[in-house]
Amino acid sequence: MSTGTVLVILGAFLASAVEFVEALTIVLGVGIVRGWRSTLMGVAAATIGLAALVAALGPALRVIPIDTLRLIVGALLLAFGLQWLRKAILRSSGYKALHDEDEAFRRQREEATRAGEEQHAGLDWYSFTVSFKGVLLEGLEVVFIVITFGSAQGRLGPAAAGAGAALVLVVAVGALARGPLERVPENTIKFAVGLLLTSFGCFWGAEGAGVEWPGDELSLLGLVAFTAAVSFALVRLLRRQRLTLVPAEVNP
Amino acid sequence: MKYLRSFALFWWSFVVGDDWRVAAGLAVGLGLTSLLTHEGVNAWWLLPLAVAGLLAASLRRETRRSS
Repeated sequence: MSTGTVLVILGAFLASAVEFVEALTIVLGVGIVRGWRSTLMGVAAATIGLAALVAALGPALRVIPIDTLRLIVGALLLAFGLQWLRKAILRSSGYKALHDEDEAFRRQREEATRAGEEQHAGLDWYSFTVSFKGVLLEGLEVVFIVITFGSAQGRLGPAAAGAGAALVLVVAVGALARGPLERVPENTIKFAVGLLLTSFGCFWGAEGAGVEWPGDELSLLGLVAFTAAVSFALVRLLRRQRLTLVPAEVNP
Repeated sequence: MKYLRSFALFWWSFVVGDDWRVAAGLAVGLGLTSLLTHEGVNAWWLLPLAVAGLLAASLRRETRRSS
């Protein structure tokens, strides 16, 4: 298995796992309080919507010339990757609060308890719409990452396998835990995903623009190392800056 | 009209995110890489440097705003 394929599977697995954990928190929060029938109908409707999107995008991607596709995919991955990386660096350096899955679950349960009863077509409309929106929005990110990751070098299969493995793992652990997966080191995973998306974005974006990478696919490892070095240096710099600015708050 | 607006806002925040300057910088970086390559320069180094610079600048703006 080539370096590129391993990184595609790893990237798709980690990115999907983070999104599935967030979707699971929403679904569990609503389902436990308001019942499972309407909640799971919302999940099913969102899944069908996402499948339709994949079915529409898949054939459309095949008619785009490979260099143009790599340029577009590279630009999208860079845009996504830098968003993930930026947030992960801000969280690691203390400028942004860490995402707390347990707190999100508690909030979701409170909202679900407070929401009124409204029935449409025999469904509890609150449960249906909240789980539908949650799964659709988190799933949309998975679909885009898998399609962009997979399409640029014809590795849609490995990327989808990585996402599928993440889905099975998150659902299985969620079912066993019967609660949100608060022990997942979410920021560390988001950091890793940001590094992979940004590195792949650089690689394919530049290839699409006509660049020939020294060492071909091996340069991906160099890109991951370079992006990681820059990111860790920025975390250290921002931590030091924050300590200088608010010494009393950080070291009471 | 309201739905069209929320649809456009959703895609804007999905693709561009919190800092539009990063997205604009990426477009410039990719454009320059393409230009240099077509002029015969194998500019593989340009995009990684642009990414590092854009990330640092965006974080600097964000931390200045929040401190």
